[in-house]
Amino acid sequence: MTLSISISQYTQKLRDGELSSEEFIAQTLERINNVEKNLHAFISINENAIDQAKQIDKKIKAKEKVGACFGMPISIKDNICTKGMKTTCASKMLEDFVAPYDATVVSKLKSEDAIIIGKANLDEFAMGSTTEYSYFGPSRNPWNTDYVPGGSSGGSGVSVSALECIASLGSDTGGSVRSPASFCSVVGLKPTYGLISRYGLVSFANSIEQIGPLARTVEDVAFILNIIAGRDSHDNTTIENGTPDYTKDLDVGVSGKKIGIISEMVGEGVDKDVQSSTKHAISTFEKLGAQCIPISIDSAEHSVAAYYTLASAEASSNLARFDNLRYGYDFSVEGYEYNSYISKVRSSLGPEVTRRMLLGTFVLSAGYYGKYYQKAQKVRSLIKSQLDESFKKVDLLLAPTMPILPFKIGEKIDDPLKIYLLDINTIIANLSGIPAISVPYSIANGLPIGIQLFANSLQEKQLLQSAHALQKTTNLPGVPI
Amino acid sequence: MTKIGLEIHCQLTKLESKLFCSCKADYRSFEPNSNICPVCMGLPGSLPILNKKSVEKAAMLSIALGCKIPPKIGFFRKNYFYPDLPKNFQITQYNAYGPTSIGYDGMIMIEDKEIRIRRIQLEEDPGRLVYSGSSEKTQITLVDYNRAGTPLVEIVTEPDFENPKQVRIFLNILADLVENLGVADPYLEGAFRVDGNISIEKGNRVEIKNVGSFRDIEKALHFEITRQQSLAERGILIPAETRHWDEARKITVSSRSKEEEQDYRYFPEEDIPKIIIEKTLIDNLKKTMPESIMSKKEKYINKYGIPTQVAEVLSSDKFYSDLFEQSHTEKNTKEIANLITTDLKGFADTKEQREQLKLTPKHLCDLADSILSNKITRASGKMALQEILKTGKPLSEVISSLDLGHVDDESSLVKAIDEVFTEEQKAVSEAKQNPDTINYLVGKVMRKTKGKSDPSLTLDIIRKKLDSQ
Repeated sequence: MTLSISISQYTQKLRDGELSSEEFIAQTLERINNVEKNLHAFISINENAIDQAKQIDKKIKAKEKVGACFGMPISIKDNICTKGMKTTCASKMLEDFVAPYDATVVSKLKSEDAIIIGKANLDEFAMGSTTEYSYFGPSRNPWNTDYVPGGSSGGSGVSVSALECIASLGSDTGGSVRSPASFCSVVGLKPTYGLISRYGLVSFANSIEQIGPLARTVEDVAFILNIIAGRDSHDNTTIENGTPDYTKDLDVGVSGKKIGIISEMVGEGVDKDVQSSTKHAISTFEKLGAQCIPISIDSAEHSVAAYYTLASAEASSNLARFDNLRYGYDFSVEGYEYNSYISKVRSSLGPEVTRRMLLGTFVLSAGYYGKYYQKAQKVRSLIKSQLDESFKKVDLLLAPTMPILPFKIGEKIDDPLKIYLLDINTIIANLSGIPAISVPYSIANGLPIGIQLFANSLQEKQLLQSAHALQKTTNLPGVPI
Repeated sequence: MTKIGLEIHCQLTKLESKLFCSCKADYRSFEPNSNICPVCMGLPGSLPILNKKSVEKAAMLSIALGCKIPPKIGFFRKNYFYPDLPKNFQITQYNAYGPTSIGYDGMIMIEDKEIRIRRIQLEEDPGRLVYSGSSEKTQITLVDYNRAGTPLVEIVTEPDFENPKQVRIFLNILADLVENLGVADPYLEGAFRVDGNISIEKGNRVEIKNVGSFRDIEKALHFEITRQQSLAERGILIPAETRHWDEARKITVSSRSKEEEQDYRYFPEEDIPKIIIEKTLIDNLKKTMPESIMSKKEKYINKYGIPTQVAEVLSSDKFYSDLFEQSHTEKNTKEIANLITTDLKGFADTKEQREQLKLTPKHLCDLADSILSNKITRASGKMALQEILKTGKPLSEVISSLDLGHVDDESSLVKAIDEVFTEEQKAVSEAKQNPDTINYLVGKVMRKTKGKSDPSLTLDIIRKKLDSQ
């Protein structure tokens, strides 16, 4: 039996009785046990996983109705609430926090008999692009453990890539699903804003972020998307998607499709290996019958500045609730007056979170709101309208997911601006709300490179079809660890 | 010139659930911190779900206060740290970047004076802090989040009041209005809270907060005028500040906190998408919302011929006017108005009394008809009403059990008069000279017949009998 198995293979084996959930979970836990000391993909592991697998096996044997996941192990980024398991956001602030409820995505997965195998590591409160800002220590790239796995959903990317689970849920605020997908050589989808309920996702930048699936194949991502997408009465921002079956017609190909290559994202500042891999992907699409034309989204140049302004503004408000009064870490109020207590307990927030709290508070302050927040909103509208215009001309947009290859842990941590600039190719999808996907495409110097596709809002089906067509042309080596 | 403006926080107590979750809007009967959920506690990952009915109630109030309603409304976050605020921001509405609150630019008349309404905003109430002793000297502060998330509207007026008396009249009218609309019960504890701001000639603006009952605001404003005038007379600058009303000492006290310096960093609440207010919704509300007090009053006077003073009492009290509307027919309006505003007095003054009342609209209608058709006298009617209030029995039963039926056969009336003439010989002889004494005799007869006899018939018979003696 191999852990490197697709969802359709897994469910078929379970149906046929060739494999039990318990066996698979046990083997997954063994794998986790073997690789975790080198990778640190998880903050916590589900201690009841085996028992839960046994329950599901019982149902299968008794020929009772079984959910579509047949007890497959799925990891959940640790900023998504799970009832009865800690949800730490990789922060000291929530090191002992156990949510009294499941996020909508988690309850949907559970009702389809998925097993939450563990909670995946992340940058504290999802703020970062390398997973180095976790209070519990960084995750490591399974392709080379000296290297960062991307972030902020680094633990999700690592766990899927290193066969510690079949799929994972991350959250993508500025590229946080696609970055680790690209760096760890897995598929990562940032869906249309409002397609997936955010209820239970601990908010960082609530107008920008979405929960997204990571898996080893586009087919598997489509399978997870089917389960978690759709309107939710607990989230006013969710939209009606008409509940299409994303796994259906994945093989239609790209013949006749028009793909716009975003000029600003393939030229200057992009690593040579990434450039040549992108060119290769373009010619692959052409061979498959698509027409590729260059397209300019020049507002993307301001996207990073606008994003860090807006996301930090929202974060400064969203994270204000962490005052350690109703829940939090062990710290006595004794001897503190209210304000000094608040500032004392909040000083345990890490450097990147603190930086964004300060930045966000500043840009919302009286006298600066128009200069920064409103101006950033204008950039956001401009990006939206340029993308709208582009999608009148083309069906999809293409760019490398990350402008550079994975780099060494610690290499850029002292230069926050350099880390911010890693998001240059991913942020436009978040600011405009459109879906985007990263597909593993090649390996250079033993390090993965991902290709990113964008589609118009709610065009996930088309996006997945094209990503699937591209992935089918690749033949990448297995993870070395 | 003295200028006063008001900020009224009025909870929408007639709603079932809180503004953003399904916890009860009526938090008052709960043990501390038992009317809460992940949403109103602002737990990580929770999201607000807007109570759509709150928008309708607030829109109704906006219409009633003559406000404009924007085509789209939105919510903002008001950011500040305070222990009663679970998220450390309050979800509210804000018009600094264009009108997006449920109502703006309204107006209401009080005694020929226009009071302009700057805006009406929908927002969540914070939790409640409970101190041991006063807030200044407390050793411990307890927080009860049962109230957190309770829907309320903040009504902000322009500084159009010239004196505290106008404020009182306005607040009485406003309280009656919200009650009549069915959006709130302003007399519930903490449901109707008023902050004021006041400046005298050339003085700075002073805010008064923490006024527990809305009747105390008049006292607080009087105190402030005196305080500010005495400062001005001594040539001392009146500082712009926030002062708290000290209920025990009946004075305002400078607030230690620097609230006026606080920067709330308002920005849009993106978890709640903008809500389009369709014209059809407004038209529908206008059609279906309860009739205004003013319009009721006019109708009572002009259509039913009810005296102005009675019409005023009747229309401004929703309980009275509802009872009236449900009970009257075309013919008995005046009699019912009379029964409600005079005979019901003392029996249905408080909320508790009203809740226990066994009176139905049918009772009132039957009672009025019986009086009008001379079946029973007004005096008997009052007795019957009191019995009905207690027992809820049908009128006919009450009349027979208390033997209130009219003494319409003349012979028994004559018999009663004969008895009185025998018992009151002195009065009878006096009555022959002094007609005023006749009323005394009529009263005696009425008492003997337990109020059942027709007063005018009794008078006639007594007169005849006196003439014949």
